[in-house]
Amino acid sequence: MQQPELIPHLFRTEFRKITAVLCKRFGIEHMEIAEDLASETFLSALETWTYNGIPENPTAWLYYVAKNKAKNHFIRNKIFTEKISPQLKYSEEKADEIIIDLSGENISDSQLQMLFAICQHSIPPEAQIGLALRILCGFGIDEIANAFLTNKEAINKRLFRAREKLRTEKVQIAFPDEKEIPKRLENVLTTLYLLFNEGYYSESQHAVLRSELCQEAMRLTHLLIENEQTNLPEVNALYALMCFHASRFEARKNENGEVVLYQDQDERLWDQELIAKGGYHLHQASKGNKISKYHLEAGIAYWHTRKADTKEKWENILQLFNHLLQIAYSPIAALNRTYALSKANGKEEAIREAEKLNLTGNHFYYTLLGELYRSVDDNKAKQHFEKAWSLAKTETDKQTIQKKIDML
Amino acid sequence: MEEYALIMRHEDGAKIASPEQMQIWMKQTMDWIGGIAAQNKFVGGTGLIFDGARVVRSNKTVTNGPFGDIKETIGGLITVKAGSVEEAVEFAKGCPVLAGEGNTIEVRRISRNDTVH
Repeated sequence: MQQPELIPHLFRTEFRKITAVLCKRFGIEHMEIAEDLASETFLSALETWTYNGIPENPTAWLYYVAKNKAKNHFIRNKIFTEKISPQLKYSEEKADEIIIDLSGENISDSQLQMLFAICQHSIPPEAQIGLALRILCGFGIDEIANAFLTNKEAINKRLFRAREKLRTEKVQIAFPDEKEIPKRLENVLTTLYLLFNEGYYSESQHAVLRSELCQEAMRLTHLLIENEQTNLPEVNALYALMCFHASRFEARKNENGEVVLYQDQDERLWDQELIAKGGYHLHQASKGNKISKYHLEAGIAYWHTRKADTKEKWENILQLFNHLLQIAYSPIAALNRTYALSKANGKEEAIREAEKLNLTGNHFYYTLLGELYRSVDDNKAKQHFEKAWSLAKTETDKQTIQKKIDML
Repeated sequence: MEEYALIMRHEDGAKIASPEQMQIWMKQTMDWIGGIAAQNKFVGGTGLIFDGARVVRSNKTVTNGPFGDIKETIGGLITVKAGSVEEAVEFAKGCPVLAGEGNTIEVRRISRNDTVH
């Protein structure tokens, strides 16, 4: 690997590990120090390697430098001796005895504990995702801003407030008690689910970035699966859901970046390896007796990996949606359920049910009605598509709807 | 928004249905509940099992099943959210239990702790 690619690559994989370990060591209230030290480590690499050449083992070099920087920080910083030091587990230890443990095991543990620390009820979901991207995924502020379609200032503010919150609430970077895991895990899974969706449905034109968000969400979810205590059915269900969705990543955008609708996708582009992986984890998820919304959504996603329009497929999808809506209502699930109803029970019944949904502010609602009226009453279909077009907010959505009108 | 219980009564709970018929009823009931849930009006549901049912009478005698001298039996109940009793009645009208002759749905508003009766 040449140097221009090597540093971004290492930054991607190592920044988050160093940050998590240092954060864990310093305490969450000094999260920024950990981030700064990790950044400085990379800066040193850039300066040193440029003149002295790339070391034999760049990762080991980075860890060595990060450790030294952390130790130096301990020594020279007065704040440390006065404020952090008493809070350290072994407050009497001297700076030169301080151990910064960058072993694989401690890296995984620290990242997992950070994940639990960041996913707190008291922090708004988008700030949790932002922090996770920064601390656990090593994303730059620019990249986070791009993913959220906003500017750097907004992200900086958001992260600042979230860090403040962690500080004032004195959040511990620790693995939760065994009894607390299911409850705390709920928050963690919600954040990972949103992080994945951010990548999957993002309007950002940055295709690589979108796919990286999904991969990071999957990596963090897999971190939970690798740990015995958090390798629980619903974690596997969420991972399966992500695998099934991600399998269509290549197929759902064409070379111009336009969305390709499910029925128009070239299924040869679906990633069979990910589909098989999803199947394995869905099987793992079926242990235990609790059915979470992730189980149901993974089930629905599984049936979507079978392209053929069979009665069995749509009947299964319909029943999964019926169940999902009972435990976790959302407008989009209500609309998708009605589409499945039209496939399983016919358009007439689906139109009747659709008209009860009362989602008149939602352009997807009118797209669905247009779809249901197609070839039943094309005039009505057109009216509904036009209404959908006028409500749609993004160019992509308007284009998709326009195509439907043209096809009538 | 109030909560209403829709109580399904069967004219004759002892009637034996074929497995195919049961499969159809089950799907119809799941679609009916799914339709209410899609409007975000579903609160909860309880199916009641006929097998092993007992009736306890005022003299404390216990008999098997609610069947025999009691003709009507309760098959199950679901709880919905509705703006009015009329809206709850509309939900009830969609219930597949009504396809059976003599079956009924009783619609009852659920009392809240904060109201005086």
